Amino acid sequence: MTEPIIQMKDIEKHFGAVIALAGVSMDVVPGECHCLLGDNGAGKSTFIKTMSGVHKPTKGEIFFEGKPMNFDRPRDAIAAGIATVYQDLAMIPLMSVSRNFFMGNEPTKKIAGLSFFDHKHANDVTMEEMRKMGINLRGPDQAVGTLSGGERQTVAIARAVHFGAKILILDEPTSALGVRQTSNVLATIDKVRSQGVAVVFITHNVRHALAVGDRFTVLDRGKTLGTAKRGEITPEELQDMMAGGRELATLEGSLGGTV
Amino acid sequence: MSDQSVSDIGRDERIKETSRLRKALVRPELGSICGAILVFVFFLLVARDSGMFAVDGIMNWGVVTAQFAIIAVGACLLMISGEFDLSVGSMIGFSGIVIALLSVTWGLPMWFAILVAFAVAMSIGWLNGYLVIKTGLPSFIVTLAFLYILRGLTIFIAISTTNKTIIGGVRDAAEGDWLAPLFGGKVLKGLFVWLADIGLVDTFVAGNLAGQPVVEGIPMLIVWAIALIVFAHILLTRTKFGNWIFASGGDAQAARYTGVPVNRVKILMFIFTAFCATVFATCQVMEFGSAAADRGLLKEFEAIISVVIGGALLTGGYGSVIGAALGALIFGVVQQGLFFAGVESSLFRVFLGTILLLAVILNTYIRRMITGEK
Ligand SMILES: Nc1ncnc2c1ncn2[C@@H]1O[C@H](COP(=O)(O)OP(=O)(O)O)[C@@H](O)[C@H]1O
Ligand SMILES: [Mg+2]
Repeated sequence: MTEPIIQMKDIEKHFGAVIALAGVSMDVVPGECHCLLGDNGAGKSTFIKTMSGVHKPTKGEIFFEGKPMNFDRPRDAIAAGIATVYQDLAMIPLMSVSRNFFMGNEPTKKIAGLSFFDHKHANDVTMEEMRKMGINLRGPDQAVGTLSGGERQTVAIARAVHFGAKILILDEPTSALGVRQTSNVLATIDKVRSQGVAVVFITHNVRHALAVGDRFTVLDRGKTLGTAKRGEITPEELQDMMAGGRELATLEGSLGGTV
Repeated sequence: MSDQSVSDIGRDERIKETSRLRKALVRPELGSICGAILVFVFFLLVARDSGMFAVDGIMNWGVVTAQFAIIAVGACLLMISGEFDLSVGSMIGFSGIVIALLSVTWGLPMWFAILVAFAVAMSIGWLNGYLVIKTGLPSFIVTLAFLYILRGLTIFIAISTTNKTIIGGVRDAAEGDWLAPLFGGKVLKGLFVWLADIGLVDTFVAGNLAGQPVVEGIPMLIVWAIALIVFAHILLTRTKFGNWIFASGGDAQAARYTGVPVNRVKILMFIFTAFCATVFATCQVMEFGSAAADRGLLKEFEAIISVVIGGALLTGGYGSVIGAALGALIFGVVQQGLFFAGVESSLFRVFLGTILLLAVILNTYIRRMITGEK
């Protein structure tokens, strides 16, 4: 197995009195899809935010490509190749797809010694990347607000990969999507993984995780219950771990195993 | 990639072809373009014989338009970046008093007084921005506080040092200064002498100016307005920083996640707004030859209304400098046009309020079209 690109060791994060993470460890290797599962409030988003430089862990160590990592700002993490697509805030609806695609990475060209936004390049690249991902845009100036949720996620993923993400973190990309849009996003994840990108896929849907995941780490109330490889664990066991082995056993009975 | 393939990608049977009209409609400037045309048609009909469209008449509303435009440009970029500055009017009065106090009362060189005014005003702009970012309070509240603080300080400083709220004698103090003409001077004087020679511009018939054109030249105020509009428009639409301005106002958190330095962008926009207010103040002080502590009253709202007429959303992330400039033009033409047409000038306020409402309604509609919200 290849060396992990990122290793998180005993990460703790406290927000005042709230202990969001109480010592979580996990690692990700290039070309795998590592699923991070857990119920709402389990600490998944907080955990990946420590990975992407948004939060500083209260305790714990992070190794990126073997070296201790200490990012002060998300910008540093992005520069190092850690890209995140957030569940709530991926795109800016009022801005065009092309402006969104290059947000924070604007291509420039020099005219008379001054640096200008290279709209032509931005538009061409955006159309090309969107075509590769199977999205038909009316034009690069189409506002993101007119795209569906799945299309927005795909734009965000294509954007991250285009800008050289080595680690792609997806925070519940499928939780608000319909069936067809979900399968599009899962197919996108598969494409990205096969390019050698390390994907961290957060979800609380076991079926979505099993559809693409290579390894699975379950979080429960800020703690990890360990990491399992594909094939080593059944959907039922995963589901059980997510609920912390609590009420699901009883639920299972009454719902006839449909959860 | 060829243009052909680009347009082929665009085909999807479920997406209705956007009509040209609709596409033209979904631009921030639309309302202000229509408004400007309407206003010109109206005054051409009712005030054509009043001299409003003679060279000196044009200069009259041109100057007023330029005043509105200078502060609207600052307010526009700030609003697109997601913030307001209600202290602009007070800042105008404050900067003016700083210039007059340093140059006239204390006898310091005019260029020094002007540079100090810019430095102080831009520091206050920075403080506005810093407080908004650090406290997380709405800029509406923070700058409202500065509206009062600055106005009060201005009057206090003027009274406690000179016992008056008006400081005159600025023209004499500016005599021979190298920087003052950049704000108080006029350009293209030769052109107007020539225009008068060939009879296109009237000349004074009596007095010590007899024989000279009624319009001496283009005031620097107008040059500043045009320069700021061009600068801000290019900055917003053609640069990387412009994309950051849109992103910061569109969704600050999403922008931060992609590495846009949102705080820096917003603070810079507060500083730029203060810069524009000081340009306004300096030009006005040079023109009037005096500074008064009550100058700039309500200017912040006029700036914001120009920007909103120009199609910017109050919630940030969307707007246009050209639109804001057209908003300023509508203001300038209507305010002076009512005067030319001999209409009671208080009606200008009625007009302001009405057009503000119409503009906001139109903008809300356009926003829904863009974002696909229902
Ligand atoms: N910025 C914050 N300040 C205070 N508490 C927070 C903050 N972010 C997250 N939390 C808390 O941390 C816990 C984990 O949240 P989160 O990581 O968003 O969970 P998940 O993404 O798994 O649903 C929750 O109890 C949440 O209220
Ligand atoms: Mg979450």
